[in-house]
Amino acid sequence: MSTIAVNASSAIGSAAAADTGVPVRIAVRNLEFYYGDFRSLKSISLDFYDRQVTALIGPSGCGKSTLLRTFNRIYSLYPEQRAEGQILLDGQNVLSPSIDVNELRARVGMVFQKPTPFPMSIYDNIAFGIRLYEKPPKSELDGRVEEALRKAALWDEVKDKLRQSGMGLSGGQQQRLCIARTIAQHPEVILLDEPTSALDPISTGKIEELIEQLRSEFTIVIVTHNMQQAARISQFTAFMYLGELVEFGPTTKMFMNPSKKQTQDYITGRFG
Amino acid sequence: MAEHIVSSYDNDLQALRRRISEMGGIAEKMLVDAIGALVRHDTALAQTVIASDKRLDLLQREIEENAILTIARRQPLAVDLRETISAIRVSGDVERIGDLAKNIAKRALAIGSDFQPQKIVLGLQHMSDLVLGQLKDVLDAYAQQDTARALDVWKRDGAIDALYTSLFRELLTYMMEDPRNISFCTHLLFCAKNIERIGDHTTNIAETVHYLVTGETLAIDRPKNDRSIDASSEVGA
Repeated sequence: MSTIAVNASSAIGSAAAADTGVPVRIAVRNLEFYYGDFRSLKSISLDFYDRQVTALIGPSGCGKSTLLRTFNRIYSLYPEQRAEGQILLDGQNVLSPSIDVNELRARVGMVFQKPTPFPMSIYDNIAFGIRLYEKPPKSELDGRVEEALRKAALWDEVKDKLRQSGMGLSGGQQQRLCIARTIAQHPEVILLDEPTSALDPISTGKIEELIEQLRSEFTIVIVTHNMQQAARISQFTAFMYLGELVEFGPTTKMFMNPSKKQTQDYITGRFG
Repeated sequence: MAEHIVSSYDNDLQALRRRISEMGGIAEKMLVDAIGALVRHDTALAQTVIASDKRLDLLQREIEENAILTIARRQPLAVDLRETISAIRVSGDVERIGDLAKNIAKRALAIGSDFQPQKIVLGLQHMSDLVLGQLKDVLDAYAQQDTARALDVWKRDGAIDALYTSLFRELLTYMMEDPRNISFCTHLLFCAKNIERIGDHTTNIAETVHYLVTGETLAIDRPKNDRSIDASSEVGA
């Protein structure tokens, strides 16, 4: 992986780059997104740093989930949706038609708002993801499943019931199972779309603790409506509004002293 | 600043501001009256000052409790968080200013109508007028979130330090002249020191105003002119 130098970087999205010294993992350049005729992302340029947590915040409909969905091209399941511009993952444009989408989705894993375990055993939930791309021998597969469950901080809770259905777990456990399923594929980037909005505070705490641990290995992008959560777990925060990137910067600065009035009004609950 | 979507949030912050402004008014009056009591040997006035301190302490406690509640209840961010934290800091400074004024009033009672060199008393009065101006300015700067005005207060504190140094030298001279002067001179010296400390608290408030408005902390080094430490070695030599 290399540090990417892109000339066409916007002033907002790369504002923090100069003083961080952290390599860029994903460089979004002049990204436009359309739902049919509706332009929902307007020329977004933004850097996501290697092994850092970046939070996307903004009111409903601002385009933050849309942005997240472009990184692994999950939007392309819907024919009327299209993206223009560049999303450079390690310098390679993921929007390019030559990209193998399945391989991309193994490199860029995604976890959704509602836990989405498959109706199969806990073991198979994880193994299924691995078998999609690889055919490891049974012994190695066992190891990969355990490794993923350990990293997702779920192993101790499920090690004695790996053959039971994943659907029988609690909401928080199901969400960690989904994170384990993503990790098992050894992705580079993990996308989290409001991963704790359906969870109780204890489960939320466990997921947040997990995100902090996963940061040592993965580049993480999280969409959240919870300001305090963004402030707690992210190193960088991007504030979006009406399909535009309003402000991007180190999280401490964004939540203590944002530069833009719009950002301040939003995070302090003054949005009109 | 636009209003919060939750209007009771605005009410909480306004209540903090209102209490700070009430505290400021009380502290100003305490300082004026404490010096008045000292200059005119007015024991009744000194007693009033001492009594006022209770209200100040109560207000400070209320501000602290409400600020903590606001943090717990609303998890303020950005300017709201700075405002809440600033309220705690400023109320702490104003409360200390009240304590120092009360201490001057107590000393006014202790000195009674002992001989007081007119020159020293006038010096104290002058110093206190300067500090009072600073206090008024900084409280206005806080109320109006005027960082330029706060910065002005911050820079002017050097003048008060310089006055303190000269009073210190003079009092030392009196004490060396006649040991019978030592008792009231010590009291007056503490009064001068108290006024000088009040000046320091106004600069603290000025720093808080700057932080509240800009989100940035002022540089550590403030212009200082307190040379009393050098002065004592000179006189003692």
